Amino acid sequence: MTHSSWAYLSNYLVYSAMGVYTLAFFAHAYETAWAVRAPQGKEGERTEGSLMVKTLDYTRTEKAGRIATAFMILGFLLLFAGVISRGISAGRVPWGNMYEFSITGALAFTGAYLIALRKYDLRWLGLPVSIFVLLILGTAITVLYRPSAPLVPALKSYWLVIHVSAAIMSGGVFLLANTIAAAYLYLDSMEQKGERKEWAKRLPSLEVLDQLSYRLVAFVFPLWTFAVIAGAIWAEHAWGRYWGWDPKETWAFITWVAYAAYLHARVTVGWRGRKAAWLCLFAGSTFLFNYIYINIWGTGKHTYSGL
Amino acid sequence: MSEQSDLPELGLVSLLRFAWRQLTSMRTALILLLLLGVASIPGSLIPQRPQNPMKVQDYFTNNPTLAAWMNKFSLFDVFGSPWFSAIYILLFISLIGCVLPRTFDHLRASRALPPLTPANLDRMEFFQTWEGDGSELAQSRKWLEAKRFRIREFEGSISAEKGYLRETGNLFFHLALILILVGVSLGALFGMKGEAIVNVGDRFTNTPTTYDSLSYGKLFRDQSLSPFVITVDNFIAKYDPATNAPEDYTLNVSVVSKPGATKVKRIIKVNAPLQFGSTNVYLQANGYSPVVTVRDKSGAIVLQGPIPFLPQDANLTSIGAIKVPDSNPQLGFVASFLPTAARDKVRGGFSIYPEALDPKLLFSVWTGNLGLDSGIPQSVYRIDTSKMKKIGLESLTLGQTYKFSEGSISFDGVTPWVNLQVVRDPGKMYSLAGGILAILGLLGSLFTRRRRIWIRMLANGKVEVAGLAKSGVPGLENEIALLVADLKKDGK
Ligand code: HEM
Repeated sequence: MTHSSWAYLSNYLVYSAMGVYTLAFFAHAYETAWAVRAPQGKEGERTEGSLMVKTLDYTRTEKAGRIATAFMILGFLLLFAGVISRGISAGRVPWGNMYEFSITGALAFTGAYLIALRKYDLRWLGLPVSIFVLLILGTAITVLYRPSAPLVPALKSYWLVIHVSAAIMSGGVFLLANTIAAAYLYLDSMEQKGERKEWAKRLPSLEVLDQLSYRLVAFVFPLWTFAVIAGAIWAEHAWGRYWGWDPKETWAFITWVAYAAYLHARVTVGWRGRKAAWLCLFAGSTFLFNYIYINIWGTGKHTYSGL
Repeated sequence: MSEQSDLPELGLVSLLRFAWRQLTSMRTALILLLLLGVASIPGSLIPQRPQNPMKVQDYFTNNPTLAAWMNKFSLFDVFGSPWFSAIYILLFISLIGCVLPRTFDHLRASRALPPLTPANLDRMEFFQTWEGDGSELAQSRKWLEAKRFRIREFEGSISAEKGYLRETGNLFFHLALILILVGVSLGALFGMKGEAIVNVGDRFTNTPTTYDSLSYGKLFRDQSLSPFVITVDNFIAKYDPATNAPEDYTLNVSVVSKPGATKVKRIIKVNAPLQFGSTNVYLQANGYSPVVTVRDKSGAIVLQGPIPFLPQDANLTSIGAIKVPDSNPQLGFVASFLPTAARDKVRGGFSIYPEALDPKLLFSVWTGNLGLDSGIPQSVYRIDTSKMKKIGLESLTLGQTYKFSEGSISFDGVTPWVNLQVVRDPGKMYSLAGGILAILGLLGSLFTRRRRIWIRMLANGKVEVAGLAKSGVPGLENEIALLVADLKKDGK
């Protein structure tokens, strides 16, 4: 296959992944909406209402949920193939411009979700996850798309592979932790007003959410530290200094300090709940800000967006 | 009376002690960390002098009063400002004050045995009890030893603890941060950084005078410059014809590492600098030097050779100045160089490809006073034409000559130039070691669970098991369940 047909293939794969994620989104939405009308107690306890109410139950919802997860996995595989063929088409790792960073980031995000799903009861998160992934991919193919091209000399380094893959994986997990922290805040404010709404009753308790976002952050913090250090080593190779307070570096530092503060707040000062969730959201936003704002509007040496 | 004279002193000591305790408290550490993050933000949004002096100047021209105020608060050099320094110095004092005592405590604790089994196990977490057969104590000892718990056996009970690595890793992490700071400081004090533009074919000798710009750390001495000589043999730039983007730069050099050493051939690439001990030579930028010959009215050569021009865009449309101070009157050429020339009505002449495929030199000729001895340093790429008169305007292709009233200029050739950046940073290995230690420490700390397990045989034949997980990390319940299952299975 020629390089351009790999590039076409990659585009088709990314489009199909979007299609499948859309199906996953609908399946998740269906599952969530359906749960609202699921009977709360034993058979026959709810006699008023329509025939539908009686026939619906969690086993049917379970099926929709399983289908949704199957779509998520399929979407992940398609996107994975899309990212790989993008790399083949350019003859290098697929991390040369913002389009490629974004599709790989979306891949890392769903990957983090799917891996976390194996260990925790997180299927309910599929709804926000699929929305986010669709948003990221949608922006990528419309605004950020650039034809496949070789790398500029400064990017030709195995440190690119190491640094960028570590940073993208960290980003995927940060985003997941943020989604959970946001869910925490949302459900918390719902509970403050009274009981949880029916559809939200299925979701885990606030303590579980709180623990979960902490575990995710504690898990990726060393990886993010590694990503920053690998970036410094690469900068030393390419630019002759390992740290120069370039805007991108500055924000990577801010993100690092913010997450360090988050871990500190939890482990030593004992922050839990709302305060911790807000700090987690703040730290995650510094990562997103770095990615979006500094890449597109920022100045400095890190201008690889290709825009 | 004695009360009065005692009070101030006591007050001062306890005040100091109070301040120290405050500074090394967890809450202060957290506040300082958050402050450090927030304080960095202006450094990325406002142009910074060390990174971008031109933008700072623009800021001053556009908003003079505001800029003057911002300058008072060091907002154009956030990372060198007193307030930023204050934050991180306080943070590191707090860090040392916090970590050193913890290190000693930890050393003591890791030599000591686990604490005694508490009297009432049924008040502890994950408590279980059942009718045993007497073998449980020996059995669990074996089980716990296999899992490398520290064990203390005492009066029919076992107290076992595991997970000291958590604290060890955490201490290593915090100490490694100090090492990184040490590395950064060493680099700032004993390092140097300089840049020089070298034409292909020319030689660069590492002495202060050959640099275009050079800055030293506060404690750097001239004689610390490594005495190497680099000859730039050739420079190859490859571009992608579809996008004009650079694909690869290769710089071939011959190097004599110190006087008397043999000459060796080396290659410098963007990601592969040349190394002399802790001094590295980087390929930072490249451009073109048009080679020209300027003659005066009598036909005598007043200037000959390559003149570096400054690239303005990705296709290396370059501007430059050819200054001839030795002719009488002085001559100046305000010029631009186009490696692959094209022109349109809006932009005039410009380059459409970064390789020198169809080079063209455009210039206006000026005569008068170049102002070189006014004492004010001038850009080598620009001419102050305020005391000069324009006497001609021309564009030349390779090999052509232009004659004007005061002489002539010929465009003889094109030579690429490269910008060599020479950096010495004796602290970077410390920072790197600190970085690696920090990651290892974090992994040890964040992935280790510290926990205790107790087993007690009661006189009535009952076995009791319980545990405690520090900072409530999950997983201990399963571990205890496994132990209990093991004890019950083998007991039967
Ligand atoms: C440069 C400043 C600092 C940074 C970036 C930092 C970062 C961190 C991080 C990321 C953690 C969580 C990971 C781990 O447990 O190893 C942590 C934990 C901790 N830090 Fe710091 N820290 C800093 C300063 C301090 C200071 C000043 C203190 C003391 C006042 C301190 C005391 C602790 C303690 C006690 C823990 C928790 C240990 C545990 O129970 O796991 N740190 N720090």
